[in-house]
Amino acid sequence: MSWAGKILRVNLTEGRCLTETLNHQWAQAYLGQRGLATKYLVEEIDPGVDPLSPDNKLIMTTGPLTGTMASTGGRYSVVTKSPLTHCVACSNSGGFIGAEMRNAGWDMIIFEGRSAQPVYLYIMNDQAELLSAEAVWGTSVWQTDEWLHNRHQDPMLRIAAVGRSAEAGCLYAAVINDLHRAAGRSGVGTVMASKNLKAVAVRGTEGVGNIKDPAKFMRAVNAAKQVLADNAVTGQGLPTYGTQVLMNIINEIGALPTRNMREVQFEGAQHVSGEAMHEKRATDSKPNLTTNAGCFGCTIACGRISTVDKGHFSVENKPQYWGSSGGLEYEAAWALGPDTGVDDLDALTYVNFVCNEDGFDPISFGSTLAAAIELFKIGAVTTEHTGGQELRFGSAEALVWAVEALVKGEGFGKDLGLGSKRLCEKYGHPELSMTVKGQEFPAYDPRGIQGMGLAYATSNRGACHLRGYTVASEVLGIPEKTDPLVTEGKAGLVKAFQDATAAVDSSGLCLFTTFAWSLEDIAPQVDGACEGEWTAERLQEVGERIWNMERDFNIRAGLSAADDTLPKRLLKEAANSGPAKGRVNDLDVMLPEYYALRGWTSEGIPTDATRQRLGLS
Amino acid sequence: MHHIVIGAGPAGVTACDTIRDLDPSARITLIGGESEPPYSRMAIPYLLVEDIDEQGTYLRKSESHYSERRIELLQEGVTGVNPQHRSVTLARGDTLVFDRLLIASGATPVKPPIPGIDSPGVHSCWTLADARAIIERAKPGVPVVLIGAGFIGCIILEALVERDVQLTVVEKADRMVPRMLDEVAGSLIKAWCEDRGVTIVTNSGVAGIEKDHGGLTVNLENGDNLPAGLVITAVGVTPNIAFLAGSGLDIDQGVLVNAHLETNQSGIFAAGDVAQARDYSTGGYSVQAIQPTAVEHGRIAASNMVSGESVVHQGSLNMNILDTLGLISASFGQWMGVEGGESSVLLDEARHRYLKLQFDGEYLIGAGCLGHTQHIGVLRGLIRGRVPLGEWKGRLMKDPTRLMEAYLGSVLGVS
Amino acid sequence: MLRSLLIDADKCTGCVQCELACSFENEGLFNPSKSRIRVFTFHQEGRFVPYTCTQCADAWCMQACPVDAISIDADSGAKVVHAAMCVGCKVCTIACPFGTINYNSATGKVIKCDLCGGDPACAKACPTAAIRYVDADQTGFERMRVWAGRTDAGSSATA
Repeated sequence: MSWAGKILRVNLTEGRCLTETLNHQWAQAYLGQRGLATKYLVEEIDPGVDPLSPDNKLIMTTGPLTGTMASTGGRYSVVTKSPLTHCVACSNSGGFIGAEMRNAGWDMIIFEGRSAQPVYLYIMNDQAELLSAEAVWGTSVWQTDEWLHNRHQDPMLRIAAVGRSAEAGCLYAAVINDLHRAAGRSGVGTVMASKNLKAVAVRGTEGVGNIKDPAKFMRAVNAAKQVLADNAVTGQGLPTYGTQVLMNIINEIGALPTRNMREVQFEGAQHVSGEAMHEKRATDSKPNLTTNAGCFGCTIACGRISTVDKGHFSVENKPQYWGSSGGLEYEAAWALGPDTGVDDLDALTYVNFVCNEDGFDPISFGSTLAAAIELFKIGAVTTEHTGGQELRFGSAEALVWAVEALVKGEGFGKDLGLGSKRLCEKYGHPELSMTVKGQEFPAYDPRGIQGMGLAYATSNRGACHLRGYTVASEVLGIPEKTDPLVTEGKAGLVKAFQDATAAVDSSGLCLFTTFAWSLEDIAPQVDGACEGEWTAERLQEVGERIWNMERDFNIRAGLSAADDTLPKRLLKEAANSGPAKGRVNDLDVMLPEYYALRGWTSEGIPTDATRQRLGLS
Repeated sequence: MHHIVIGAGPAGVTACDTIRDLDPSARITLIGGESEPPYSRMAIPYLLVEDIDEQGTYLRKSESHYSERRIELLQEGVTGVNPQHRSVTLARGDTLVFDRLLIASGATPVKPPIPGIDSPGVHSCWTLADARAIIERAKPGVPVVLIGAGFIGCIILEALVERDVQLTVVEKADRMVPRMLDEVAGSLIKAWCEDRGVTIVTNSGVAGIEKDHGGLTVNLENGDNLPAGLVITAVGVTPNIAFLAGSGLDIDQGVLVNAHLETNQSGIFAAGDVAQARDYSTGGYSVQAIQPTAVEHGRIAASNMVSGESVVHQGSLNMNILDTLGLISASFGQWMGVEGGESSVLLDEARHRYLKLQFDGEYLIGAGCLGHTQHIGVLRGLIRGRVPLGEWKGRLMKDPTRLMEAYLGSVLGVS
Repeated sequence: MLRSLLIDADKCTGCVQCELACSFENEGLFNPSKSRIRVFTFHQEGRFVPYTCTQCADAWCMQACPVDAISIDADSGAKVVHAAMCVGCKVCTIACPFGTINYNSATGKVIKCDLCGGDPACAKACPTAAIRYVDADQTGFERMRVWAGRTDAGSSATA
């Protein structure tokens, strides 16, 4: 309880679907979703496996609270070995498909092998079958979604799919569900496409029962919902502005990476901010933002539903983009905007639509393009490479051209699909790639927020804000304010955030609840629903176990302490403006302390004592 | 004012309740020809599988419903109606005088003209008495032949399968439920039934039924001979109008009524399976013989009986819903479409899902579906409400499953 | 005074807490597909519309029921399905022009909103007050009722 207790194993090579019982012992140790699926992955694949070979596996997984009434309890994750980072990848998404999996009676789906022909998985409660996706191979996620809804005559069918970028081998392709929610990072969509698996379509009408103590659970759920409602960030800031509430704040503190992280403040930030999305356009007097939207069960509703101005050059002859769809979240707005120097909100929104439509990570895309523009600037990339297109910071035309080139997957568009690291290597300037472990940075400059430098460097899936969001403390004062410009205490802060995040990511709940909730709010909900006794301390320990398990996998995959670093630019080139002016990131001060706190050797390897304490073999 | 209602089915009982609601002082007499309290024929299949007992089929569950509402219930046949004398003649010979009369005498199964049709062991499935006889004979393993795969045949079909008999269905037409669904749907239902062990013979009538030692043999027109322990006929129903011969009432297929559900004789109304009334879709007059129409007729006729010609019957929408061994099908209005109209179709044969919408301009006029059960009432709302679909027409042409959104969008103006 | 559900779709975020609360109240588990209230998504328009039975005066479902299994709750005014009496014939599901009474294949019965006996779980769960339980004459169903009236085969001759 409250796991469904059932796993679907899909062997794509043989075209077979098998039902297995969930390993309940592992569920007690790893909770669910990120933790539990990663446990299955590390037990089942060779860490050295080529991520795009049939020997890699891909797991779609829910948490024990997915599908329940716990606020935000609709999350699911895609776990695999990443083709972008060669680390363990776990990309988390909201929307509705995770809850649908639980309603159909499944905790997770493990895909293995590779299908000879394009297929999709159709699940109707306990019935699962692989069907031909020949008709939609080579089409976008949106076209696939429409085709599947028609094919099964079911408007309630929940669909996750990969787009043309994944098929073309773009290394940061996403798995898109419910049209505009993304398991976005680390190229999990690329792995899915490499298996000739186009989509997963799920319908579940069985429901989620199996709650250990329903009355206790509902008390905890209602209390926790009230905490979200009463909190300024989750009750007001996020519903009103979405994560885009951060654009102006981060710019002001001088931590908004700009033009491939050459600068830390963007003069056009206010034009692409959450506030700007509310302003009426001059042309049609409609705001960019149509409404906010909630994922399954979410009482925060930070999601953005937006439109592009029909007269904007990016869509003027493309009526398929005139309706509303998933709008800009902060990270996407940053990567497509400040990092490329573009301050055209309509262009950013259109490009974001395309990222959803064809399934790739806007953070990695924007960041890769920013690197390409810098390569162009120094003459390493020329119009000969781009087929005549000039790449310049601040050019909305270049941004729109680039996203369409990527979807086509030809010429320089294919190069953009390599990601920043491989692109910069190909054109002879690896130092211009703003990545850790091959994954592009998100929207917080570690020169202005010191703790984030350590969080990026040690993240188990490469540069990422969602593995230890110390921004909460260093900028927003959650749970308590720390100075973003000091390094002292940041090792402990990063560790605490990393472990707590791993636990939240394993529960079925959304990380954004932690703007208001601590593990003390989450534990009673898990405890009300799940077999066993669940306290905040136990969740923190589960998180630490998960973190070390992921670390262990990465080490066995060939990574080492040398990979726990940042691009030279962030370590050597000082911030040129704002409160952090003159600062670099002092990773070298924080990293040894972090290793020690983790109970790792100075080489970053978990000691035997640490392993024993956490019950890792 | 004395209201007499002939027929204790849904139309008659609804009419009596409506009269009482509108006129607390009226005298109401309800005459039913069977010995049980008024019951629903639609519930008989559920009685056959013993989901409910006989009481579960009753139209009103409270034993004192009729006495409480001062509805005098007579269980007696009616042999004649005399409009001039404002009287009704009962089987036992006496007459009752009315101020207003409602003829809701329902229908009777058609007895097909087949040699041997009166043999013991051959039944229709229409009354509680029929149901008792069928329960007696339909034992596990017994070969049963069901003649007719129309709507009524199909609702009995499921009950027979659940009783574990060895079932063969014989249908003269080229498919199942030919008057409710098109060939695609009818064929899918047939395949569905065959997958579940039922033998379906289409395109064949029955030549004769022979009695042999211990049972019956059903000889088909196609030459096959089927042994049977029980034969059930369900080839359609016909309005109960024989007792109206010589009454002077206008009668075609059923009792013809005008826009107030009144017959050509003032103060005499007709409702339900016996009434030939306006069909919403075609504008013509026909006998629909379906439960929702019977209730609608009963209610409207009763209003007009109480307070003159106060309510106009705009025509009832023909519609049906059927559960054939778990495969649910439904049809509404002009499911076959109209000339110059357009249709939108989705078909998934492997999963027995089918949805077909019929349009005339920007209006939905009919629909048929298989495997769709959620929110299908809006098909009635869209058709009968004559909701102008506007831009939703195009969207439904592209994806007919977006019905509920089309309804909300068109009616609530969401888009 | 009777109260009814007032739905303000402009406030809805599509979170389906109402569906979860409804199914939990009525079925004992979290199961949107068995919820009596449903949120419909208009993706192109960016709208979410919660929708359930209006407890309409015409009570199409109740009238169409052949076995008297639907009745009016005297306290709340809700049209209530008595599961023990429902035979699962589904006639009400095609009779209701709003599409708000539905067949539940798991039980073989129909389900519809019964206002939770006068304390609707959906309204309590809604985080944005898009669903409220208020005095009946405030509800925004009037426009829909106009169309419902057109579903009736009978109309007043004097209208």
